[in-house]
Amino acid sequence: MHDNEHTSHHHEESFISKYIFSLDHKTIGKQFLIYGLIMFFVGGGLALLFRWQLAYPERPLPIIGASQQYMDEGEVATGADRMWERIYESEKEEWLEVNMPNGVIEPAFYNMLFTMHATIMVFFVIVPILVGTFGNFLIPLMIGTRDMAFPILNMLSFWLAVLAAIVMAIGFFVPGGHAAAGWTGYAPLSSDPQWTGVDWGQNLWAISLLIQGFSSLVGSINYITTVINMRAPGMTFFRLPLVIWSLFIVAILLLLAFPVLTSALALLIFDRLAGTTFFSATAEGGGDPLLWQHLFWFFGHPEVYILILPGMGIASELIAVFSRKPIFGYRSMVYAMIAIAFLGWIVWGHHMFQSGMRPGLGSVFMTTTMLIAVPSAIKTFNWLGTMFRGSIRFTTPMLHGIAFVSMFVIGGLSGIYMANTPVDIFIHDTYYIVAHIHYVVFGGSLFAIFGGIVFWFPKMYGRYMNDTLSKIHFWLTFIAFNCTFFPMHILGVGGHMRRISNPMQYEFLQGFEGMNIFITMSAFTLGFAQLILVFNFFWSMYRGKVAEQNPWQVNTLEWEAPTPVPHGNFGQIPTVYRGPYEYSVPGEEEDWVPQAQPEHAPATSGD
Amino acid sequence: MMARNNAGIHERPPLSNARLGVLILLGAETMLFSGLIGTFLVFRVGNVTWPPPSHIGLELPRLVTGINTALLLLSSYTMFQARRAIQKDHVKQLRSWLLITGMLGLLFLGVQGSEWVQLIHNGLTLQSGVYGGIFYVLIGCHAVHVLTAVIWLFIVFGMAIAGRFSADGYVGVDTCTIYWIYVVALWPILYVLVYLL
Repeated sequence: MHDNEHTSHHHEESFISKYIFSLDHKTIGKQFLIYGLIMFFVGGGLALLFRWQLAYPERPLPIIGASQQYMDEGEVATGADRMWERIYESEKEEWLEVNMPNGVIEPAFYNMLFTMHATIMVFFVIVPILVGTFGNFLIPLMIGTRDMAFPILNMLSFWLAVLAAIVMAIGFFVPGGHAAAGWTGYAPLSSDPQWTGVDWGQNLWAISLLIQGFSSLVGSINYITTVINMRAPGMTFFRLPLVIWSLFIVAILLLLAFPVLTSALALLIFDRLAGTTFFSATAEGGGDPLLWQHLFWFFGHPEVYILILPGMGIASELIAVFSRKPIFGYRSMVYAMIAIAFLGWIVWGHHMFQSGMRPGLGSVFMTTTMLIAVPSAIKTFNWLGTMFRGSIRFTTPMLHGIAFVSMFVIGGLSGIYMANTPVDIFIHDTYYIVAHIHYVVFGGSLFAIFGGIVFWFPKMYGRYMNDTLSKIHFWLTFIAFNCTFFPMHILGVGGHMRRISNPMQYEFLQGFEGMNIFITMSAFTLGFAQLILVFNFFWSMYRGKVAEQNPWQVNTLEWEAPTPVPHGNFGQIPTVYRGPYEYSVPGEEEDWVPQAQPEHAPATSGD
Repeated sequence: MMARNNAGIHERPPLSNARLGVLILLGAETMLFSGLIGTFLVFRVGNVTWPPPSHIGLELPRLVTGINTALLLLSSYTMFQARRAIQKDHVKQLRSWLLITGMLGLLFLGVQGSEWVQLIHNGLTLQSGVYGGIFYVLIGCHAVHVLTAVIWLFIVFGMAIAGRFSADGYVGVDTCTIYWIYVVALWPILYVLVYLL
């Protein structure tokens, strides 16, 4: 075993070792970002497909479904028809024909769409970008070290994630289709092929998540070790930026939560492939389908906080930096995150109020769930307190930060409704739940991700992102997001069930047709707005305005490193003299005091 | 020195990265086994008779497994001796203690394997309801961990033969010891839960 010391001198690397099998934490972070963005478009595309079906049930999809005339009369009218005719000719009994005959989404295919939308967004977009990208890029830079504790494990973590994505992608093309039991994979829907007709799709789903589990295991071991052992001199735990705190806490959650899912997935695979009956209540000597729900949500609820905590960390950075004020209540922010992480373990039952649970037990879970409102409120008020009477700079990252707080408040408040067992009995399994999860994970985590990308882009690529495009992207996303998801609250209270492919079959839902069409149009706007982000991202990588070393005047250590950050990050490891949020300190000339700036003393004296 | 500012940061952290990393890994392993043990308990508590009526009369080999447990516990002692040997820079002793430990591990796996063959002959298979299912999955999961530990140990043994360890540097022995002790310590819990209760 080698010592922690790395050599900082440059060494020539081949293309493969520099960009593909890179050991550098910054490159791995960027790889996770590209990976997450690609999967973001896959997951989003699936959502648009089923949104079409919800607004225009049983109607052929645009583009994918050929024109109405061709469908009705078999006559070729346009060039597009000719193209699709050829495809359908060769596609008889093939993928398109099975899943979308004549461009209409089949109910079984619909099940697969929403299942895979959630699976991909949760496991292949939000976690890889929040934890993989920001964790990898920021942790060594912000704690002041040259790289992760285990660079090879770090590389392994990324390539295992790629393998998991490939296995997951193959699932779309196996006979029987991909997993269709919801992203929660409730047994016996998931454990017995006879209910969904899905054979290898569900197996590959489970295997892919097992691989993703290994990826996050090695990743989290790496993060925890790095934060504990490799902080720069003077970087005490209570001088860590809040985003590092959030990533550290999330790494612990990932480390402890994912193995529980691994055990559940292993049992599921045994049920499907080896003839065991862990989740079957009907087989002789069989087990219990509820067991799956317990195991899944024991993982799943900490996972929910894995999805939001790094977003909270990023938002804390953005809000403090652009309010030019110290974060309000730094320590209470840390303790609130620890409290949320801890409470996350004892609330899983609130997902199961409707699954058959002793009412007494339900009220225990109700109480613990409501308790989470306390640390969440502490954080929200601290963000508001930070902005209060600050000299706010309304830069694009700040807009995303403010959007994060506002959307998180809406999502958090609707969460309190659902935590109440009696209310949940009514709104369970309706679009109210869908609205809630999207306000927290899209409105929360994704706005933090967008803000983080714009904020750290100058450090990642040495250039600014185009601000006009960023602002257009922000406002389009913000408006379209609210138009998409806010009406879902109303649908939910109106009794609109989720996971149904054709609401028009229900008389009491027919009045919602207009709203469903509105949601779908907003969703398409939301989807196309993301193209602006991607265009801006790649365009700015090469053509953006060149950024100086510390364009936003930030205190934390990553801005001490030269831009673009070389291998080994820092010329000399900086020494940390203060906390990360000393903005507008009275008596100081500038309104920011970097963490590495000595206290009124010449730079480095030789004592 | 900026002693006040640098308080709490040591030049060398008390635990090296590798040792800390293995300890953190054990957290994940514990949660993995918690999931499986939890599953076992759900089935165990949920059934009035255990084994369930379909498998009445089936006896798990308690005595042989008890002796096997003792073997495995003994191996943690020999592993400790290996670590003490290298702390005192006794490379030869390190090698022999490692070899003994590895052999004990292999013996444990061998005995367990022959038990399984016997059990399958007696009609207890993976498909024998949750009784057979969780038995093989839980015990099998532990066996896979013992196997991993044995392979790890023989890699360390090979490194010891190549003279890679001394009293100044024995991280490889340390990390393997941590993992070995964990896998051994886990077994009595499983033995009591699965075989005795």
